[in-house]
Amino acid sequence: MAIAQAAPASWLYRWRRPLEAVALPAAALLAAILIFGVFCALAGANPLAVYGSIYKAAFGSWSAWQNTLIRASPLMLTALCTALPARLGLVIIGNEGALVIGGLAAVVAGLQLGTALPAPLTQIAMAIAAIVAGGLWIALAGALRHYRGVNETISSLLLNYIAIALMNHLVEGPMRDVAFVTKPSSAELDPSLLIGNLPGSRIHYGLLYGLIACVIAYVLIQRTTFGFAARTAGGNIRAARIAGLPVGKLTLAVCFLGGSAAGLAGMIEVAAVQKRLNASLVSNYGYAGILVAFVSRHNPLATVLVAILLGGILASGGILQRSHDLPDATVLVFQGIVFLCVLFSDSLYGRLPWFREKPAT
Amino acid sequence: MPNRTPLGFSRRQVIRGLLATTAFGAVTKLSTGCAPSSDSTGATDEGGSASDEVVVGFIYVGPKDDFGYNQAHAEGAAAMAANVPGIKIVEEANVPETTAVAESMRNMIEIDGAKVLFPTSFGYFDPYILELATEFPEVQFFHAGGLYQEGTHPENVGSYFGYIDEAQYIAGIIAGYASQSGKLGFVAAKPIPQVLRNINAFTLGAKSVNPDITTQVIFTGEWAEPVKEAEATNSMADQGIDVVTCHVDSPKVVMETAEKRGIFSSGYHANQGPLAPEGYLTGAEWDWESIYTSLGEQFVAGETLMAGDIDHILRGGLADNFCKLSDYGPAVSDEAKAAADAALEQLIAGELIIYPGGLKSNSGDVVIPEGEGYKQDNIELEKMDYLIEGVLGSIDG
Repeated sequence: MAIAQAAPASWLYRWRRPLEAVALPAAALLAAILIFGVFCALAGANPLAVYGSIYKAAFGSWSAWQNTLIRASPLMLTALCTALPARLGLVIIGNEGALVIGGLAAVVAGLQLGTALPAPLTQIAMAIAAIVAGGLWIALAGALRHYRGVNETISSLLLNYIAIALMNHLVEGPMRDVAFVTKPSSAELDPSLLIGNLPGSRIHYGLLYGLIACVIAYVLIQRTTFGFAARTAGGNIRAARIAGLPVGKLTLAVCFLGGSAAGLAGMIEVAAVQKRLNASLVSNYGYAGILVAFVSRHNPLATVLVAILLGGILASGGILQRSHDLPDATVLVFQGIVFLCVLFSDSLYGRLPWFREKPAT
Repeated sequence: MPNRTPLGFSRRQVIRGLLATTAFGAVTKLSTGCAPSSDSTGATDEGGSASDEVVVGFIYVGPKDDFGYNQAHAEGAAAMAANVPGIKIVEEANVPETTAVAESMRNMIEIDGAKVLFPTSFGYFDPYILELATEFPEVQFFHAGGLYQEGTHPENVGSYFGYIDEAQYIAGIIAGYASQSGKLGFVAAKPIPQVLRNINAFTLGAKSVNPDITTQVIFTGEWAEPVKEAEATNSMADQGIDVVTCHVDSPKVVMETAEKRGIFSSGYHANQGPLAPEGYLTGAEWDWESIYTSLGEQFVAGETLMAGDIDHILRGGLADNFCKLSDYGPAVSDEAKAAADAALEQLIAGELIIYPGGLKSNSGDVVIPEGEGYKQDNIELEKMDYLIEGVLGSIDG
């Protein structure tokens, strides 16, 4: 049967699916750019000049690329916090909280160990502390879901507020470094513990961690029995149970992995950028990560691309204000239009006649 | 449909991912390939036209029209551009205190050719301004808040701030005359010295009119907490407080809530008069317009921090035009105006000392030793950690 079907398939026929997967997002992007152009024209700016500026500021030079990648790197990790549990059918939006808890754990580990151990060991300890703390944080939402039937979306959202309140309490009270007056903060990490930049750039090593994490997540979900089990449970939880899959363990493990990615993002943010723990850690990377995860359809590799796209859009926010006198919210409008169009295009998969598989005759 | 099953899904995803990655890689190569040439020509074009004008960059943490901290700076920037020929300003708003602000500063320097930067949020200073200032020693960085330390920080960094508690003192006098109940309210963000100075100065001004007057303080804990600010204002109105003021990033909510409740309000940062046309008394405003204009004239004349032409720490009060008062609202009596104007004159002449000797905190401790009292430039005032007698509330929460 299978052979009989494959035989009449032309070259074009075989490539229709992948073509659809590239053509739809590309068309969505194009549509978004056109709609945004209308917005710019209404706001009194020349759309073509605006497009040129966005391209220049986001991808037009090595410096612009660095700007884009700096903004994209935390998003790759925070997106995994939503993308991984989503394959199991869970909608987790506790990215911000896991990031904060990860950053908190990393700073506590870094300050406690100080320079007692060689710096690389301490850095690894900070990363492990962040990974475990972030992982447990989201696993908590997973556990509530599995054992008590609590809606994981709501519980993970509320855990964000708890994490942020906990951090604020600590930096304004027990952990506060009174000598630092700019804002309530913990003491500074020892300079030897900070994560440096990639050679010849101002991009910190966090980008590398993000890329590696996305590849690992991809392999784990798409290429292992663990990933297969998780996806099966995500497809039909009752069928998974009947097949004898340990749904509870899977839920906890996948939530832990998602949370640990966001926790690692927190560690990178404090060790590469902030150098100390303070409220600046809460700067929307977690929520932006949710967006990235949904637009990339929870595919960890696509997450990398979408994170870079969002990084580029954010990087171009400045030039829209400086060169075109557009309001500061313009970049959010553009971001919103792009993501709405991409999400809408999602509903067109398999519906356009050209891409539809024709019944073999 | 085969694509509905997990297996079909995964295969499609693989191919899609690979294709998209390849396509993206191709785009990357192309763009970096042509980038250096286009970028360098762009830079020289703009550099050529910018040679006869000084480009000054302003960065704000929030929107430019927040009726508060950011608006005060944005109005100052607009005044610099309008009053000083040869100044071109570039601005970015809503820039968070992360690597985003470092990138914004870098773009202003590298793409727009900015020679002077005003990253205005307090939290931009360490580490972002300090790092960029080290990297670009020929660019001047000005920061509001007085954090500059001689010898520790790069030479091209300067800080400026004003004794706005002088304006709060005058606003306190007006509030003292306006209040029927003898109860004032103060919605504050965090118990840090700058905020405490404003609360205490406001109360001292009011007490100079009516020694029995009290100020109820509520700390919201954050610079921008609109919901808590509204709740605080409402609960103050419920308690019979009839004048409220605040020290938060955007006083908009407090002013509007007060107007709705039919009580008087006194502004902060910028002029909030239009928000509360009936109840707005006056307000303590920053006067960045005059400071930025005079700095702009120095920039055009080629003066710099590095050469020592501009002081690294600029401070001043009402006399030096660092702050001012909003125009009096319709509810301010002539008697109040006369008293406020008299105090204003004395402050400008340096004859009035706001913090007198023997001042007591609201827990009964003497916080300023008997004698002359503390003048504005007294360093002790910058460590203020108490609320004075007459203030109801505690800095512990």
